[in-house]
Amino acid sequence: MKIVYTDNNATTRVAPEVLEEMLPYFSELYGNPSSMHSFGGNVGREITRARERVAALINAEPDEIVFTSCGTESDNAAIHAALAANPEKRHIITSGVEHPAIKNPLEDLEKKGYRVTFVPVDGKGRLDTTLLYESMTDDTALVSLMWANNETGVIFPIKEIAQRASEKGILFHTDAVQAVGKLPIDVKDARVDMLSLSGHKIHAPKGVAALYVKKGLKFSSFLNGGHQENGRRGGTENTASIIGLGRACELAKAHLQEMDTRVRDLRDFLETRLVELIPAATVNGDKGNRLPNTLNIGFTAVEGESILLLMDQAGICASSGSACTSGSLDPSHVLMAMKVPFESAHGTIRFSLSCYNTQEDMDHIVTTLPPVIQRLREMSPFWKQEE
Amino acid sequence: MWEYTDKVKDHFLNPRNVGQMEAPDAVGETGSLACGDALKLFLKINDSERITDATFMTFGCASAVASSSALTEILKGMTLDDAAKITNDDIADYLGGLPKAKMHCSVMGQNALKNAINAYRGIQILEKPGTMVCECFDITDLEIIDAVKKNHLDSVEDVTSYLKAGGGCGNCIDKIEEIVESVKTQA
Ligand SMILES: Cc1ncc(COP(=O)(O)O)c(C=O)c1O
Repeated sequence: MKIVYTDNNATTRVAPEVLEEMLPYFSELYGNPSSMHSFGGNVGREITRARERVAALINAEPDEIVFTSCGTESDNAAIHAALAANPEKRHIITSGVEHPAIKNPLEDLEKKGYRVTFVPVDGKGRLDTTLLYESMTDDTALVSLMWANNETGVIFPIKEIAQRASEKGILFHTDAVQAVGKLPIDVKDARVDMLSLSGHKIHAPKGVAALYVKKGLKFSSFLNGGHQENGRRGGTENTASIIGLGRACELAKAHLQEMDTRVRDLRDFLETRLVELIPAATVNGDKGNRLPNTLNIGFTAVEGESILLLMDQAGICASSGSACTSGSLDPSHVLMAMKVPFESAHGTIRFSLSCYNTQEDMDHIVTTLPPVIQRLREMSPFWKQEE
Repeated sequence: MWEYTDKVKDHFLNPRNVGQMEAPDAVGETGSLACGDALKLFLKINDSERITDATFMTFGCASAVASSSALTEILKGMTLDDAAKITNDDIADYLGGLPKAKMHCSVMGQNALKNAINAYRGIQILEKPGTMVCECFDITDLEIIDAVKKNHLDSVEDVTSYLKAGGGCGNCIDKIEEIVESVKTQA
């Protein structure tokens, strides 16, 4: 069966060009980049090139890039660095819809005595910037906000917020794991202090990522060890993956235009057709201000896991916005924060596309999904009353 | 899907006895749209109190559909007295087991059945004994103590998996933890 993969906000396939560039570093070119001999040094030179390629994607300087093991580490490292740079400050600002890689460490800090403001979003997932700005005080060590939301694709006004934070002398970090490769990102223009990105969301392998750290920022390392990464992240480099990430960033840059046109058109086609063909279907998130690849759509009176498993039978991979596990049947914290009505929140599906998707993929979803929803609704005790 | 048994998959992909029943003799409902899963069970019962037909309508995940489907198969041909003895474990066993986090789906089957039988026998559902702990899912302290003892549960997550208690707003999690701890120290 052909697989139609529309779960690219969860992870992406490694691009063949990326894999090809990585392979020698698993076999003959196994040197340690820190070694004095040229066998290792040659690998070090490739790491340097990867750093330049990553920097070029977000308009940073190469020495502002710190390689890490995952987006989660980048996020944790950013929080750690901001608090270490401001030991006297005890307040952090974030949003109510962050990824667990930000949400959970900040909730832990809250238990340890920090004050954390979780700025709410409205029904379309838009940030309450008035409240955000009012929350900024002399005691605020860090503002950390995602550039784009992984579930809905909604984009936050990062440039404007970073500007306000910098006027108040507050460090600003953005989790751009979902934005990088899908939107043009320019750290100089946006004037952010730190930015997280992750390889496996942009066709590099899993387990490699980067943290942008603005030049001059007092940075203390999260993983303390050897002098690698200029003393900012200990541990012998994941050479093959870092080199793969460099190539992936180069490809991502070349594909940005396609994301904004061809991929966006595919997403819009999918959205329009599903809403036309399926009664009581609602798109979640600010339609005018979303990642071009993401569609979050809720279906009244049916449940997400059932939809996913029936689509799985037809080879379609997507995600749902609710997890019926541990008896906690709550929709995701993102949908809850947006106060999506529970009639449709439980039946929410996220499609996330990549440059590898085709019109044929969309057609397959458009023919598969309406009968799936109808079949589940015929079984649902709530559907008839809804009509 | 990878953690489900073949039997669960089969009952989810090919559910038996789906649909509303014409003139049922008993109906039992449990769950709601708000809590994310719900089951409506319809029974035909003959003069000798034997279940001659059973159908269901379910809103929920794959294991909720499979549990409902399995329940209707188990029930057909059974006397009401025997049916009243069915437990959630019987439903889970019939399916070759359910992942722990999905055990509440089998509990849902048991509850709908209990409600249907009570309705048929004209038994008023009295105020449950004990004190309410989980408002979201209407679970009392006595029910939690009972489940912890019977199934040797040892954490709040276990209780939530079995009874859903604590899986809604989460306000009662501390209380559930106290109950689990007190049962464990008694044991
Ligand atoms: C917004 C966001 N932040 C952080 C992460 C974590 O990245 P990683 O999986 O590389 O740790 C993800 C990935 O799921 C994400 O979507």
